[in-house]
Amino acid sequence: MAIFVDENTKVIVQGLTGGQGKFHGLRNRAYGTKVVGGVTPGKGGQDVEGIPVFDSVADGVKATGADASFVAVPPKAAPAAILEAAAAGVRFIVCITEGVPAQDEARIYATLQRDHPSTRLLGPNCPGIISPGKCNIGITAGEIAQAPTKGGKNVGIVSRSGTLTYQALFELKQQGIGVTTCVGIGGDPVPGTSFVDCLLEFEKDPETRAMLMIGEIGGSAEEEAADFIKANVSKPMSAYIAGVTAPAGKKMGHAGAIVSGGRGTARGKMDALRAAGVKIGANPTEAGELMAQIIAALK
Amino acid sequence: MDLFEYQGKQYFAKYGIPVSAGDVAHTVDESIAVAERVGYPVVVKAQAQVGGRGKAGGIKLANNKDEVRTHAGNIIGMNIKGHVVKRVWVERASDIAEEYYASFTLDRAARQHLLMLSAQGGVDIEEVAAKDPSAIVKLHINPVVGLTEATAKKAAVDARIPAKAQDGVASILVKLYDCFVKGDCDLAEINPLILKPSGEVHALDAKVSLDANASFRHPEWEAFAATQELDGREQMAREKGLQYIGLDGSVGIIANGAGLAMSTLDVVNQVGGKAANFLDIGGGANAELMTAALEVINFDANVRSIFVNIFGGITRGDEVAKGIVEAMQRVQLRAPIVIRLDGTNAEQGRRILADAGIPADKLMSKATMLDAARIAVAIANGKAV
Repeated sequence: MAIFVDENTKVIVQGLTGGQGKFHGLRNRAYGTKVVGGVTPGKGGQDVEGIPVFDSVADGVKATGADASFVAVPPKAAPAAILEAAAAGVRFIVCITEGVPAQDEARIYATLQRDHPSTRLLGPNCPGIISPGKCNIGITAGEIAQAPTKGGKNVGIVSRSGTLTYQALFELKQQGIGVTTCVGIGGDPVPGTSFVDCLLEFEKDPETRAMLMIGEIGGSAEEEAADFIKANVSKPMSAYIAGVTAPAGKKMGHAGAIVSGGRGTARGKMDALRAAGVKIGANPTEAGELMAQIIAALK
Repeated sequence: MDLFEYQGKQYFAKYGIPVSAGDVAHTVDESIAVAERVGYPVVVKAQAQVGGRGKAGGIKLANNKDEVRTHAGNIIGMNIKGHVVKRVWVERASDIAEEYYASFTLDRAARQHLLMLSAQGGVDIEEVAAKDPSAIVKLHINPVVGLTEATAKKAAVDARIPAKAQDGVASILVKLYDCFVKGDCDLAEINPLILKPSGEVHALDAKVSLDANASFRHPEWEAFAATQELDGREQMAREKGLQYIGLDGSVGIIANGAGLAMSTLDVVNQVGGKAANFLDIGGGANAELMTAALEVINFDANVRSIFVNIFGGITRGDEVAKGIVEAMQRVQLRAPIVIRLDGTNAEQGRRILADAGIPADKLMSKATMLDAARIAVAIANGKAV
C-alpha cells in the first residue's frame, strides 16, 4: 500500500498549459500517473499532448472524476487555485509553487480547515509526492525512487526539503530499499501537510515497515513530530536534520528555515528525535545507512 | 527583510498607528532641520539593526540646536557592534508614564497568528518571558476570523494593562494587526508601547520584518530593499539574482536546493572545514547561473577551494557539467573546484567534465558528498591531496 496517492489516483494539473505545469505534468504521466486533465481558464476544449484542458477544476472533475490536483501556477495565482480545487471536491492537492506569501498560506490553511476539512493540501513550495511504481505528482525524478516489494521491508519517507528528498530516495535506492511513499512537505512556514500527518499514515500503512525523516532548522515541526513519535509511532525510524552549522538570524533559502531567538536549532531537533527513539544520521548518507541497519534487523 | 526603526515607524504610520513626529536624517545639518521642525526636546536615535543601541550611546536626548549638533555628530558614523550608523531618526521626545509590549507573529506550530501583549514593556521580552511567563498574554488569532476591537480589549485586560490605557492599547492592537496582515509582516512589534501622562497610547519604537515572498504586491518595499546592509559579496549575489549568504570560512559552496546547500555546510563542518557561504543555485543550474555563482564565490578573498554539490532531480547532470566547463572558460578562478555530481544524468555529466581537458588540480570530481567535502576541506586547509 501507499499513503495519500496510489495507482488509482486521478490527477488534474492546474496550469497544464504553462511551462512548469506542462513539463512536470507530462513527466508525471510518462511515469505512469493517471493525469486525466488540465485546467487553464479560457483554454477549455484544448488539449496538451492528448490531455484534455478545462476552464475550471469543477468542469475537469465532472468530466474525469479526478480526485487529486497538481497546482503549478505562479505565487500570485496559487491561493485561488488551491481554494478552487478544494471547492470542486478534490481531496488531495499538491502545490509546488515557490514564493507564496506566508499570510496567504495561513489564510488558505484556515480556510481549508473551516470550509473543506476533508481536503488535504501538500505544500506550497514542496517537491510533491511519489508512491514509486504507482503515482508521481510533482517534480521528483521518478527514476531515483525504488519501488516497494510486496511483503518486503519497505520504507516511507517524509521530508521538508526538495533536493534532500531526492537525496533520501537515492540513498535508499543505493541500499536496495523499496519505498512505499515519499512525501515532500515543503519548507514554508505554513505547510498544508505536516510531518505528523504523514507519520500517522505511515504508522497505519501495513506495507511501510520503517520511516526515514528529513528535517531542517526553523520552526518546531520536528519537535512536534518527536512528541508524536514518542506517543504514537511503533515503527523504527531514522532521520537527518539539515542546518547544524547555519548561523542564527539568517534565512537559509527556505522561508521557514531560520534559527531565531535560540529556537529552531538543528541540535535541539536532533535531541528531541533521539529522545523519541529515532536514529539520527550526521548526514543524509548516514541516515540511509542507519535505515539499512534498521531494515536488516526487521523480521 | 528587517526594517530600520524609522522605516518601521513610517510603515506603522500608514496603518494609522500613532508614532512621534520625526524624520530620518543622514547628516548633522539634516538632524538640526528635523529638530527645528518637530520642536524641542528631541531624541536622536541611531538607526542600526542591532540591539543595545541605548547602552552604546546611540540614543540621546537633545534640548536645543547645539545638543542636536553634538549628539548627531557623535552618533552618525558610530560603530555599534560592527554596524556603522549611517542615519539617525530625530523625533519629538515623549513623556512616558508607562511602558508596554505588543507584537504579532505567525505561530507556525499552531498555524495561526499570535498576539503577544505585556504590561511590562521597554525591556527584552525574552527576559520577561523567562522571569515571569504569566506577565505575557499570548492570544492565537484565526486568520479567517481576524482580530476585533472587543477581543483586543479583552487581551489588554488579561495583560493587566491599567483601565485608563486599555482602549488606547486595543485600538493600536487592531491597527497593528491590520499592518501585520495587509502589510505582509513576519513580525510587527512595538516595544515600548507607551502611555503618556496625557492618557494617549503611542508607539515609541518599531520593529518590523517583512515577508520577501509578498514583495510582488508591495512596490513600495523597493525603497526598503535599497537600504539593506549587505556585504560586498551579498550585494553582488543579489544583483545576479542568487540565493547567497556570506559566511566567514574558506570553502566556497554551490549547491542546488536550500536543504542540500545547508547539508553541504554541515558536511564541510563535519570533516573539519568551514564554509565561506551558503549558495543555493536552484533547479536550473545552467552555464549562466553557474558563471554568476562562480563569480560571486571568486570575489570572496577567503575562499581557498570551491565545493560544487549537485544532486540532479530536475536538474540534469550533463547540463550542470556543461555549465561548469563554460563558466570555467569565462571566469579565471583563484581556487580549485571539487564537484560531486549525482542523480539524473550524473554519469554523462562526469564524462563531460573528464573530457573537457581541465587540469586535475583545477577540477576534481568525487562520487559522494563526503569524499568531495574531505578533498575540498583538505585543499582549503592547505594540505596536499
